[in-house]
Amino acid sequence: MSTINLDRGLIAGADGGTTTAPAKAPLNYLNCESTVASWLLTLDHKRIGLLYLVGITAMFILGGTFASLIRFELLTPKGDVLSGDSYNKTFTAHGVVMIFLFLIPSIPAVLGNFLLPIMIGTKDVAFPRLNLMSFYLYVGGGIFLSLALLFGGVDTGWTFYTPLSSSYANGNVMAAALGVFIIGFSSILTGLNFIVTIHRMRAPGMTWFRMPLFVWAMYATSLVQVLGTPVVAITVSLLGFERILGVGIFDPRLGGDPILFQHMFWFYSHPAVYIMIIPSLGVASELVTTFSRKGIFGYEIIACSSIAIAIFGFIVWAHHMFTSGISPYAAMVFSFLTFSVAIPSGIKVFSWLATMFKGSISYASPMMFFFGFIGLFTIGGMTGLFLSTLGTDIHLHDTYFVVAHFHYIMVGGAIMGYMGGMHYWWPKITGKMYSELWSKVSAALIFVGFNFTFFPQFFLGYLGMPRRYHEYPEELQVLNVLSTVGASVLALGYILPLLYLPGSLFFGAKAPKNPWGASTLEWTECESPPHPHNFESNPPIPDHVYDYSQLSKEAVRVSH
Amino acid sequence: MSATNTHKDTTQGHDTHGHHPALAHHFVSLEQQHEANILGMWVFLVTEVLFFGGMFTAYAVYRFKFNTMFQEASNQLDITLGCLNTVVLILSSLTMAMAVRSAQMGKAKPILGYLAATAVLGFAFLGVKYFEWKHDFEVHLIPRADFCWDYAKERRVEADHHEKGKPFVTKVLGKFIGHHEEHAPPTTDRILADKKNPESQQARMFFVLYFAMTGVHAIHMLVGFGLIAAVAFWASKGTYGPDYYTPVEVLGLYWHFVDIVWIFLFPLLYLLGAHLGAGH
Repeated sequence: MSTINLDRGLIAGADGGTTTAPAKAPLNYLNCESTVASWLLTLDHKRIGLLYLVGITAMFILGGTFASLIRFELLTPKGDVLSGDSYNKTFTAHGVVMIFLFLIPSIPAVLGNFLLPIMIGTKDVAFPRLNLMSFYLYVGGGIFLSLALLFGGVDTGWTFYTPLSSSYANGNVMAAALGVFIIGFSSILTGLNFIVTIHRMRAPGMTWFRMPLFVWAMYATSLVQVLGTPVVAITVSLLGFERILGVGIFDPRLGGDPILFQHMFWFYSHPAVYIMIIPSLGVASELVTTFSRKGIFGYEIIACSSIAIAIFGFIVWAHHMFTSGISPYAAMVFSFLTFSVAIPSGIKVFSWLATMFKGSISYASPMMFFFGFIGLFTIGGMTGLFLSTLGTDIHLHDTYFVVAHFHYIMVGGAIMGYMGGMHYWWPKITGKMYSELWSKVSAALIFVGFNFTFFPQFFLGYLGMPRRYHEYPEELQVLNVLSTVGASVLALGYILPLLYLPGSLFFGAKAPKNPWGASTLEWTECESPPHPHNFESNPPIPDHVYDYSQLSKEAVRVSH
Repeated sequence: MSATNTHKDTTQGHDTHGHHPALAHHFVSLEQQHEANILGMWVFLVTEVLFFGGMFTAYAVYRFKFNTMFQEASNQLDITLGCLNTVVLILSSLTMAMAVRSAQMGKAKPILGYLAATAVLGFAFLGVKYFEWKHDFEVHLIPRADFCWDYAKERRVEADHHEKGKPFVTKVLGKFIGHHEEHAPPTTDRILADKKNPESQQARMFFVLYFAMTGVHAIHMLVGFGLIAAVAFWASKGTYGPDYYTPVEVLGLYWHFVDIVWIFLFPLLYLLGAHLGAGH
């Protein structure tokens, strides 16, 4: 980015939302420069967020395609669409793409990048160049990983368990591991950038307990990214040594211990679950207070519960290994600790409910996604307790019950939150309003389709259908057909926003500065879309971040 | 992207006061920029602790599992060279600290001198490591197909016998420039027989971790050389002074961290079996 035109900058200082001269749109981060290089080499956190949006949307479509293949195969009890081997590669590809390339970067890299500096009243993240580098590490690792999955494929599952991955799997295990390693650094650098930004870049007056809860969620997420990801990096490196040099760190034939791999893998990969869900919890907190027009219930405790989830997240990893032969005493401790994660999660859910209580609730589409989110997240969280109970876990381990449980968290929780966040901030990001009708249809389709897809899987798992098989006994077909039909509805729900959100760029009404009457800085102090430097000068910081007494909603003006 | 910081900051009032050329547009002051950069490096070092932590965990697990053989295997390492390298690396941290101090005081030439000294000591460390690894290669301690614990033990006994009674200085110099007699490599049968020996497997696990840990440490030193070169380049242009010495301090943090990793590696790898040694 180079020089920004001074004249247009001054016009933006006037009320950008109501400028009457349409010929000269106010200066914003989208129209300040338009060359390809100004996008691909941008240091502006808002533009980098948009670059990520393009990347993760592509990956979501890719991962969704693999999911469709899986559900299509499972329509019938016989393996008639995919061979066993192709099926293994398909669910591995689905897991790897969705987790490493979509869910982990989704909210932090897109919404976090765009919003975090604005929400704390600063011009940019602490290290803009590092931010751009994170994006290109993501792109590089993503291309690498996608090629490894599409050409040759990997059949180990996204967990890369040894000795399967080290000694027996054919496929591109090494290339995939290297891809994960590279993307891991992208994630680490984003987390590092956010931590330093929150510590050192807050505007004067922006104390810790005046920060929006989304920022708190980003802080907790960043802690997990920074503390967890290096461990998976060294774990896949050791897997690489093992595979290339045949050294046997995890190979029992050479004195190695395969369980050690599982410990090291889950030390990252369990906290990684919280990298995916905490940002959605943060989005939910923003949505519920804005659309209830009521200060959030228990601000401090919600803020601290994000940090608590991040901390608890690090001490529960062995609940993935209850049937792997770990010590029963260790299993008891990990079971107890896993139960305790329900406390901060419950605090959040109850606080959201208390926020809505006697609030002035409006049913705008972001709130519809929030309603879906809170229901699905609660079911996902509660079924987690079945799995953390040692006795029931023996029965349910590695069945479709587990698949249903984590999809309720990852899809019902994390993606629902992401969708809610995208719909909430879309007017701020693009300056356009989308179709309220179609977005509500989408929210409804996603909620209904999701439940039809995954609720039957709880029963399938309880009846003993193991995950990762492409065939199943005939008596389980009814539930599987339900699930596949639900997945088709769900797919429709996800395809709709891919049409009406980009469509809004061309046909949407112009977004006012604060269409929702929200109280955080990006709505009260920034135009839609924001100025390249976010603020003209240091924004005034209110004492209470969610104070609606002085705010009113701006009507959407239909410009054509 | 402007690779330089010439970005014109037209919307912010403080521009008119003319700010320091090193101040990036999104920071309010050099102080804020300094604090952000230092914190950034600290957070990065935390990630490094966890990165090495994975290997330290593996080490702890296998040392607990194969306690005796880990000591035996550790005794194959050269404590004298390990000590030498520890001293070399601590000295390099001293020179790095002096480079930071010089930058804070705005003395351009001493910065370059101390950075050069740091790099030289760093290279000396890797040089010593080269001779150690070369020796490991010769006695078949590299954990690959031709690893032969039996052979390495025999060579060690021979070497101890050979060096008995020689003065210390001769012994140390002999490690670098000494004439090595030709030894017949182990036969294939011997290697295969050795593979079946659980002791060999366990010793091999020690060497897997030894090479992984010292190897990753060495890679970090190589990165350090690149950073030293970059900082030295900017120092030679007179970039650093009492107002602005952030990159030198950040580099210093990194270098000290790499040093501290070695301070943990040295006892875990070299001193573990020292009590068994015949004294090199």
